[in-house]
Amino acid sequence: MSAEKFSNPVVRWIDHRLPVFSMLDHEKYDYPVPKNLNYMWNFGVLAGLALVIMIVTGIVLAMNYTAHVDHAFGSVERIMRDVNHGWLIRYIHMNTASFFFIVVYIHMFRGLYYGSYKAPRELLWMLGVVIFLLMMATAFMGYVLPWGQMSFWGATVITNLFSAIPFVGESIVVFLWGGFSVDNPTLNRFFSLHYLMPFLIAGVVVLHIVALHRFGSNNPIGIDAKGPQDTISFHPYYTIKDLVGIAMFLLLLAVAVFFFPNAMGHPDNYIPANPMQTPAHIVPEWYFLPFYAILRAVPDKLGGVLLMFSAIFVLFVLPWLDRSPVRSARFRPVFRIFFWLLFIDCILLGYLGGMPAEGIYVLLSRLATAWYFLHFLVILPMLSVFETTKPLPKSISEPVLATARGVA
Amino acid sequence: MRKFLIASAAAIAAMIGLASPAMAAGGGDVKLQTGEWSFTGPFGYFDKAALQRGFQVYREVCAGCHGLDYIAFRNLADLGYNEAEIKAIAAEYEVMDGPDDEGEMFMRPARPADIIPNPYRNNNEARASNNGAMPPDLSLIAKARANGPDYLYSLLLGYVDAPADKDVPDGMHYNNAYSGNLIAMPQPIYGDDVEYADGAPTTPEGLSADVTNFLMWAAEPKLEVRKRIGVAAVFFLSIFLVMSYFAKRRVWADLH
Repeated sequence: MSAEKFSNPVVRWIDHRLPVFSMLDHEKYDYPVPKNLNYMWNFGVLAGLALVIMIVTGIVLAMNYTAHVDHAFGSVERIMRDVNHGWLIRYIHMNTASFFFIVVYIHMFRGLYYGSYKAPRELLWMLGVVIFLLMMATAFMGYVLPWGQMSFWGATVITNLFSAIPFVGESIVVFLWGGFSVDNPTLNRFFSLHYLMPFLIAGVVVLHIVALHRFGSNNPIGIDAKGPQDTISFHPYYTIKDLVGIAMFLLLLAVAVFFFPNAMGHPDNYIPANPMQTPAHIVPEWYFLPFYAILRAVPDKLGGVLLMFSAIFVLFVLPWLDRSPVRSARFRPVFRIFFWLLFIDCILLGYLGGMPAEGIYVLLSRLATAWYFLHFLVILPMLSVFETTKPLPKSISEPVLATARGVA
Repeated sequence: MRKFLIASAAAIAAMIGLASPAMAAGGGDVKLQTGEWSFTGPFGYFDKAALQRGFQVYREVCAGCHGLDYIAFRNLADLGYNEAEIKAIAAEYEVMDGPDDEGEMFMRPARPADIIPNPYRNNNEARASNNGAMPPDLSLIAKARANGPDYLYSLLLGYVDAPADKDVPDGMHYNNAYSGNLIAMPQPIYGDDVEYADGAPTTPEGLSADVTNFLMWAAEPKLEVRKRIGVAAVFFLSIFLVMSYFAKRRVWADLH
């Protein structure tokens, strides 16, 4: 029935048998999107774009990479020097990894600010946290592959965390390593998993989008669309708005790739891995630093590991910690203050994660860690009860028209 | 939420800015001198004459102890040498090849495709010849140290008299650019260590700057093409951004 929509006879023929064009058409034109989304709603599409860039460049890199402790570092240098445009492909892969995390962190903070995790979007949010966890695992294993000093020692530190688990910890670590230290079997399995996990991410992304399209996007006001006057079609309005975001993303990525390709990496990773020589400071990639700070804030190893994983687990249960019926921070004056405090706290944790664990940094790490958990476990549940929220507009159209008049 | 976007961008910039020196923290009271490099900035390029002089410094000074394991003679074309010159340079070296039809390894003159031979057969020999210290390979040294070029330049010029209260053990040397100030490498450059054909100054500063240029090229040989493509890419994407922004305004105009 929908096949009549298409004028091209080939498209019509295919769509009659395999309705992919109807499906795309449905998502493009019939999928209603709130008319008031701002540029913060670009970051989901940008994350998807980053994933695609990572997979495409990664596949090409894998064609030229050798997963062996004696050859990995050299094969990466060969990519940089002898493979046609290999330096470009590798720098894009390296820097898009960082940009992927920047985009996803902004995407997450946007969700926190506008209450996008609240009913009925709990599963959408939780699938997002699953994607984030998979991304962290993938990025960690990818960083090991060039087999530089930080690759090796980062892998040693992080895999050793599992030894903190009582009774079975040591066996788990041996199982992860495939031996009794980080060595060739470790590198091989990390390469295998690093190639596998992006496709798992892509699978969860599909679920994430299915869950998103069930109720549609949240919006800056956080109230549901009441009817067609509150929504517009995805195409052309949001395709063109996403294009602006994509252009900005690509521009910033190009600046990083072509002019500061190593700014977000560590110089020690251009030194081949040497199990006999520990670097002065072992630090993970910048996007793990907040979690690294939480890990080191606790003097007990098991406690640190548990707390670090709790920092992510707390995001899973966030929809049930924040029970305020109002979604958007625009109408929650007290929540808004605490949101920015949390934002600063996370930046501070990132800074502290890059500092040596000594002196004032230890104390600050503990305070910042305490604040992180205080925010989610105490402040948010209390705000749900005690905060007086501002009156909500009657519909999305109402304030949209109001601001339109205000500007005009 | 424009405020949010700006705050996020500022926060990310601040975080990267704060984290980079933190990551680079080598420790100690190290102060780097900044050289003037042609390869910095968006239009950066390599000064070929300086690269050739730097290669000469490498050959006559550094190569006694340090290898260049990722550089082949053919790569020297980047320095402005032609094929015949590269063949001639390579032929000055002997490399091991084989096994031949009798199963024997043999020495032959190097060819452009060969890696520049390392002064030592293996790391153990390198250590044994240097008091137990391992002279690092120099192929990537300019990227493997924070602020690589300035660091190398400062290190080469950093051999000064140790302060009276600083104990310098036998076989170690005082250097004000090296983390911890005690370095196993003896002072390599004193000035006039090599004779330049082009008459460029052979002061310690001149020699150190030249070899730093050469080592930056060795670490990042694709720097020039990278920046050239980068300028074009940024130019193109800027126009793309402006055009997509106005296209968006045009499309959205019919909503109001």
